[in-house]
Order: sequence, then structure tokens, then C-alpha cells
Amino acid sequence: MTDGFVPAPLKQLPWRLLFLLLAIGGFGTIILFSAAGGSLTPWAASHAVRFCIFLVMAIVMSRIPEEYYARLAMPGYAAVLILLIAVELIGGISGGSQRWLDLGFIRLQPSELMKLVVVLATARFYSMLPAGQVRTWTAIWPAVLLFGVPFALVLLQPDLGTGLMIAAGGVTVIFLAGIPLRLFVGTAAIGAAALPVVFSFLHDYQQKRVLIFLNPEEDALGAGYHITQSKIAIGSGGIFGKGYLNGTQSHLDYLPEGHTDFVFATMAEEWGLLGGLAIIVAFVMVGRWGLQVASRATTRFGRMTAAALSMTIFYYVTINLLMVMGMAPVVGIPLPMVSHGGTAMLTVMLCLGVLMSIERHSRRRTGL
Amino acid sequence: MDPLKLLFGANRQVTEAQQQFTFSRRAFFLGGTQVGIGVLLAGRMAWLAVAENEKYALLAESNRVNLQIIPPRRGWIVDRNGRPIALNRTAFRVDLIPDRLADKDAVLTELAQVMRLTPIDVERVRADLKKAAGFQPVPVAENIDWETFAAVSLRTAEMPGVAPSEFFTRYYPEGASVGHLIGYVGAASAKDYEEKRDPLLITPGFKIGKDGLEKTQEVTLRGLPGAKGTEVTARGKLVRDLATRPDMPGKTVKLTVDAGLQAYTGRRLGLESGSAVVIDCETGGILTLSSMPSFDPNSFSDGIGRIEWRMLQEDDHIPMLNKAMQGLYPPGSTVKPAAALALLQNGVDPEETVYCNGGYTLGSRTFRCLGHHGPMNMRNALMKSCNTYFYSMGRRIGYDRIAPVAKMLGLGKEFDLPMPSQRYGTVPDSAWKRKKFDQDWSQSDTLNATIGQGYVLTSPLQLAIMSARIASGKMLDPYLIHGQRKPAARLPFSEEQLQVVRDGMDLVVNGAGTAVRSRLPLEGIRMAGKTGTAQVRAIKGGQRGQSGNWKYRDHGLFVFFAPVEKPRYAGAVVIEHGMGGARAAAPVAKSMMTYLYDPAKAMEELTALEAGWGGDVNTRMARKAAAWKAASDPKTAVQAAAEGSVEDSEIKKTTEIEERLDTGAPVNRDAAASPEPETAGAPVSSSTTNVPPPPAEGSPQ
Repeated sequence: MTDGFVPAPLKQLPWRLLFLLLAIGGFGTIILFSAAGGSLTPWAASHAVRFCIFLVMAIVMSRIPEEYYARLAMPGYAAVLILLIAVELIGGISGGSQRWLDLGFIRLQPSELMKLVVVLATARFYSMLPAGQVRTWTAIWPAVLLFGVPFALVLLQPDLGTGLMIAAGGVTVIFLAGIPLRLFVGTAAIGAAALPVVFSFLHDYQQKRVLIFLNPEEDALGAGYHITQSKIAIGSGGIFGKGYLNGTQSHLDYLPEGHTDFVFATMAEEWGLLGGLAIIVAFVMVGRWGLQVASRATTRFGRMTAAALSMTIFYYVTINLLMVMGMAPVVGIPLPMVSHGGTAMLTVMLCLGVLMSIERHSRRRTGL
Repeated sequence: MDPLKLLFGANRQVTEAQQQFTFSRRAFFLGGTQVGIGVLLAGRMAWLAVAENEKYALLAESNRVNLQIIPPRRGWIVDRNGRPIALNRTAFRVDLIPDRLADKDAVLTELAQVMRLTPIDVERVRADLKKAAGFQPVPVAENIDWETFAAVSLRTAEMPGVAPSEFFTRYYPEGASVGHLIGYVGAASAKDYEEKRDPLLITPGFKIGKDGLEKTQEVTLRGLPGAKGTEVTARGKLVRDLATRPDMPGKTVKLTVDAGLQAYTGRRLGLESGSAVVIDCETGGILTLSSMPSFDPNSFSDGIGRIEWRMLQEDDHIPMLNKAMQGLYPPGSTVKPAAALALLQNGVDPEETVYCNGGYTLGSRTFRCLGHHGPMNMRNALMKSCNTYFYSMGRRIGYDRIAPVAKMLGLGKEFDLPMPSQRYGTVPDSAWKRKKFDQDWSQSDTLNATIGQGYVLTSPLQLAIMSARIASGKMLDPYLIHGQRKPAARLPFSEEQLQVVRDGMDLVVNGAGTAVRSRLPLEGIRMAGKTGTAQVRAIKGGQRGQSGNWKYRDHGLFVFFAPVEKPRYAGAVVIEHGMGGARAAAPVAKSMMTYLYDPAKAMEELTALEAGWGGDVNTRMARKAAAWKAASDPKTAVQAAAEGSVEDSEIKKTTEIEERLDTGAPVNRDAAASPEPETAGAPVSSSTTNVPPPPAEGSPQ
């Protein structure tokens, strides 16, 4: 512990992850610089600043012992759920759908926080559940309730993408808890059978999005425009791209939302397949790091939380990339740390903060 | 069976260790999922960016680049000396592109202000916009002045959807004189576009040939469009201009026509409804193909107004008909030279005389001659246009021997000319009559046909060819596009036989013939010719073909060639209802020949004539159009209606047209001969120019 010139606190940081994050965030800044037509404003500079602040926040969070997160999981979940209900009520009163609470200094979007706390709460629930009860109803219904209630609330907002991610987070923890596979297979089968019913409950615009996803060329100038233009941007980039600052789809405004949800298309047009592979590999490595943290974690809570949060981050990336490549409906999930916009980055950094804390915790245990 | 067992499995007791093992396995599965999804995403991206790269690169490019078609400049049409007959002038226009029109009302309001449009114009544009497909430009104004064009161009950024552009407009310096020959150009119709799907056709300002040579020479004249690339944003904002590929102008079409003579002829025909054709006796090239009154191809090419169109439609001189090729007339005495050649071919001695005592008796009927000519040989019979001689001699050999010669000289024939339509008329014979009417050919049919009445119908172009073939002794075929031609074959007549006929035609003008007043006022150049007067309908009561209602008057015809000794030019002039060949047609031929040898002299004569007519063609047409416009103005129209003129005359015109259409095949053929000069024989009623020939008639051979 005494070798080298690097102080111990710095040495203890998970440098492999931080390097990956800095690479992703830095690349995001570079892309946003181009998306603004070669300008730091309005996106690149604020993105870089926000990224740094959140990264510092995540590092600070890593100093908080894992037990704190375990203990705060349930109260935290309750608080966020109340906020979610509050948003719903305010939205109902003001007569429109609303997703955020204006706290004066920040617009808080509780559904984003829910992605994190649902994982923590479900993991906490299973960590407290005696091993013997895993194969009983007691192991299932509270967990289903834990993600089911916020899922329903978010769906009401309506925000299909976020709702699905909350549900996915909860289900991932249940899966990791060792609930029999046949339950998942069975539920999936029932879910698939119920898909038309679910579809009929969707809002008109959601239904439209799904239909357009299935056949984007049908409405190439209307709602299918996003997907069509995104595919054109990615496809026209080729292997090496058109060169930095040379993207036409983004610079001539053919690509909508080129700095937020469709930032990957902006990147792909200029950096080509190579840039795309770099981003995909980087996120796979972040996910791998998270799963490694899970495998090394010493507590059941830590293991499940780490694995599920790693998956949550990966869900973001998966849904976003499937969407921009025309393999999923347009659901409004950004690419974390690359897309401009603070909320998704905040959520992902919170997840990473918890992950780093678990990693630190496991190293202490084993290292000492 | 325990349902819980079914759900949760047999082994319901799980230990910590087992749980840990399950977790590791499942976490490993999730890790695999991550890698799997990563591979899927990478694969999908590779598919888009590598396999489908070409397709998407093209789409990105077509997004980025807005290709604007530059219509090619249309090839010129020039005359035999390179003088332009149809050329291009720069003009400016403004269009609206419905697709890009975000705020129609705001744009129209501003545009109306900038361009000083009248409310009527704005209404028209609005109506057009409603009908237009999104990509199809809606014209706001064509041929605007440069200041307005510049004013609109400066404001295009504020008025999305407004497209000012520079274009070329067709210009015909000779105006109406070349109308029927050259035709005109116009915007492609929706049908044209449906057929070809060529985006050039819907490019603002692009015009295609609609009639005449403009239509038939379209392929040569059109050229290849250029393209102007501009980089545009998704909102249509121009970023920068990209490379421009210039257009390939259409090729020049050089005609055999003499533009000067064509223009002169158009003016010389004056107030008459008539046509004139002049042919180069050495080659067969058409020097002039004139039909008047005509339309001004300039105003047609700019889009003709409704009033002007109605004016043309309702004119009883039928300005929309190319009478030189589509007008069919009984040729009257102008076919006597052909009959004379047939007589010579069948062994008639040109010196043999027939005594003319004023008519020819066939059975109980007398076919009259113009006068009492006394003893007539062939030359004199031509000179005096003696019917008796031709009745007698024609009957001797029979019309079935004359018809082949008439056909050989070009009558009843359709020629290979690049013009949209030709009518070829009738040269009858016994087989034709048998087929058509299931009747035997009668002796009186022979008499009528020999002097160019009865069933015979010819076009002015055919008469000109006949004259050119007699003059040259060659099987000349007419042509319009300048270029090398095969030398024409000789006619199967001896030079002596041809000379008899030429002598007779020489005497018509320069001897004691029917057209002595049209002798050329030139030193050492003589014109030979043959007059003809064709009856329009049976003579009833006091109505004679020489007076009365214009449309019942006789047609005047004249065929000619000059100079007599070594013919260079030959042609025909037909003046509808001109009352006589010598009186109406021959003077026009005289003027045309004078023009070819002494333009100054001919122009001097024309200027004097035009002073009497009220100005030249274009001046008169402009005045007439103005009068029509005034008459169509609601206020003046009411006034006119009160005076009972407008509506009445319109009704009258309609009935007249119907009457014309009613007149079909020749009737009343055996009626008494006319006492009028040159028109003895069968009065016919089938000379009107707008009656299509019955289908069976005169199939070209």
C-alpha cells in the first residue's frame, strides 16, 4: 500500500471504469460540438460541465458505505413513489400530463430516480428474505408490487419507455434472486399472448409509434421520419464515416433530435461503423465491469444491486441503439453520457455511484 | 399435484450456497446477454453502414442536394440562308411550389404587393393552387420585367415556396406569317407527363412543340437539360450552390424555306383567306408554305388568352387551318396542263384543233365554255382556258387515261413532309367511282373531271408540286428540312411534249391568255402559269359565284413557274372565295416572283397595298384582338347586345358552320354549266376547306 507516489484515496478509485466513463463522456462532448455545427454552445460545453459534476458526485457517492444504501433503499423507494404520485396528482389538477416536479432550482423527474430505487428496494427485499422462502409466493408478490406500482404510474404519465425500464429493473432483480425460470418463461408467454390487449390500451400516439416502427417507410415524412432519417444518417456514414463536422443529415437538420435521442446517428454519420463499434464496446465493458463488481460483492444486497444496476445502464443503451437503428419504436430513451440532457446522465451516474460504493466495499472486505 | 410444486419446482428448500450458485449462473447469463446484444447492435449497424451503405448514401445525398433542372435552350429554326425563323429570348417568371408553401395567405399577400398583382390574378393563382399536385409549380406570372423579378428574388427567403426563375421564351420574328409552318410551343400537358414521367416536362418555363415543325422536329430541337445543385437544409433553406451541369442546347433545324419570301407571302395574302406554296424547281425544296389568316405563334407560345382564342375559333377565314396542306379545293382549270400532258401521251397531236362555239354538247346537255374561241389547238386552248377543247379531247381518250397523269404529277398524293397533318384529296377514276358510289363512270364525269371540277379535290401543295414537275420535267418531291437529296427521276414525257404544255402556260401570262395582267414587271424574266376558278356551290337564282355572300363566291387558283426558259421556281396560289384565278390568285404569284428577283420593288408594291388594308398582318391582328377584347368586356358587351349584334352574329356563325359541315360529296353534278368565266361545267358544292374527305377518297398510291 505504500508503493508509488499516488495517494491511497486516488489509487483506490476504479480507474478502469473511470477511464471508460471519461472516454464515453468525452466522445459525447465531441459529438455534441459537431451537432451544434461546430460550436461549444449550446450543447457541448454544458454537457462537459454536467458530466464532470455528476462524475464527481458519483465518486463522492462511492465513499458512502454500501450498508447505507441498503438501509435507505426502502425509505428512498417510498419517497420517490410519493413524488411519483404527487406528479400524477399535479398533472391531474393542472389538466395535462406532467413528468416532473418543479422544485424551483431543479426540475425533478421522479420516474428517472425510480429506475434506481426500484432496483435498490427489490434487492433489499430479497436480501432480507430468508433463503428458504425463495421458492414461495412470499418471494414474488412483494417484488412484483415494488416495480408494478411505479410501472403503472409511469405508464399513466404516459411514458412507455421509462415504465418499461422500471419494470425491467425490478424483473432483473427478481431473476437474479433465483426465482424459478419456469415462472419467467410462463409470464413471458402470457405476456406475448396478451400483447394485442396491451396494445389496445396504449395511447393513440404510442400505438402509432409502434405501427410506424413496424413499417417506417409507410409514413416517411410524418412520424416515420425520425427512424428513416436516423437510418439514413447511420447507413450513409459507412465504415469510416463522412469525417468530423462533415455530417449532412445532422448539420442540415434532416435528422431530428440529433443532439438528444438520436445523437448516436449524428455520431455514426461522421465516425462511421468504427465510431459506433467504439461506443458499443465501451458500454459492453461498463456492463462487464458492473457484473464483475456483482460477482465480487460480499453481500447478497450488493451482488443483486450491482448486477441489476449494470443491467439498467445497459437497458438504456440497448433501447436507444435499437431505436436509432430502426429495430425498436421511438420511445424517447436517450443514450446515457452521450446524449445532451441531464436526467439520464444523472440516473446513470447515481447507479454508477452505488456500483462504485459496492465495489469499494467488496475490496475493503477482501483486501483487508 | 401441488400447484405450488408446479410453479416453484420440487426442491423448494434453497440454501444460501444454492442461492449463491443460482445468482452466479444468472449473472453470467446476463453478462452473456449484454455481449449478445452488443454483437446484435454491432451487426445491425454493420448491415446499415456497410451492406446498405450505397442506398443510404444516395438517400442522404438526395436529402442534401436539391437538383434543379435547367431547361435546355431550344434549337433555332433557320431558313435556307441561316436567317432565324424561331429563336429564344431571355425572360423572367415567378412560380409557386405548393409543397414548400407554408403560409399560403401571407405569401400571396406579400407577393401580390411586390409584384403588383391584381385581385383577379391572385384569385387565379389560388384556384390553380387548389388543383395543383405538391411538386408541380403553379405559375404566378411569366414574362415579368427585370425590376419585378429582382424585387421577388430579393425576398425569396421571407416567402418560402416562391420560385423566381430566368427562362427562355420562344420568339418568332415573322409572327403570324410563319404560324402554320413552324407551329408553336407550349407547356407540356398532364398527359405528356403521365406518358414520359420526365421531370423536365413539369419544369417551370419548359415548353415543347405543339404544332407544325416545332412539334415534328421536337427531338432535334429539344436538347438535354442541365442541372443546378444546391445544398439545402430540411427546411429548404439554401446553404450553398453546388456544381452546375450546363444544359445542352437543342440543335438548329435548317429549312429549305426562304424566310423573306415566307414573310412577304404572309403579308401579301392580305385580307384574303388563302394559301401559297413556292417550290425550288431544282431540288423540290419548299421555299414558302403560307396559309393566311394565321395565328401569331408568339402569343400562342406565351399562353394564349381566352378572348384571343375565341377570336381565332370564330373567324370564318379559319385561321387555325393550314390551308396549304389541309385545304382541299376543286382545282378547276389549273389541272388543264395535266390533262394536256395526258392527251399528248395518248397520241393527240398538239396542233389538232377543236372548234369552240361556246360549249360542248353531250347528249341532250350542253357544257358551256367561257367564250366562243373558234378553232383551238392545244397551246391556245391552255392560253384561253378553253373548256370545249378539253371536253372534246378528254372525252376522246377518257378520264381513266388522264387520272394516272394527274396522280403522277402529284395530285391526290400525300408527301413525306415533317408536318402534323396533310390531306390528299381525290383524283377520281372509274374504279374509284365504282368502289365509292357503286356507279358507272359517266361521260359527264369525264368532262367535269377534265376541267378540274366534279369529284376532283386537291390541296395547294399538290398543285404547286404539279406545276414544279411540269416545269422541271422531274419527279420532284417536296421537302422542308435542308439537306442533300437524291436527284429526282425524269417524268416519262418527252421534252417536246412538256414544251407544248409550258408554251401554253407561257401564253396564259405572256400571250393573249387569262392572266396577262400578272405579267412580271421584270426585265427578261417571264412567268408561266395557269389560272383556275372553282365553284363553291350550285348556282341558285341570282346568287352567282362572282358576287354576293363571301362564302359562296368562287375560289381563285393559280399555278405558275418562272422563269419560263429555265424554271427555278414553281408554285400555286389559292384564294378562297377570291372569285377568279386571274383576279385574286395570279397577282399574288406575280408579287412573290417579283420579290424573289427584285425585293425592293415587291416591297414597294406591298406597302401601297397594305396602306389600303389598314397596316401589315401584325398590326391588323393586334387591332382585331383589341376590338375583340373590348367587345368581350362586360360593359361593352351589354351595349353591343342592346344593339342586337353580338349574340345574333354568333348564332349566325354557328349555323353557317353547320351548313359547311353539311356539304359533303359533290351533288348536282349535271346541272347547267356556269356562264361565269372559267367555271363552266359541273357546279359543285364540296369545296369548303373544313370538310374532311370521305375516308375512301384518294388513297395515296
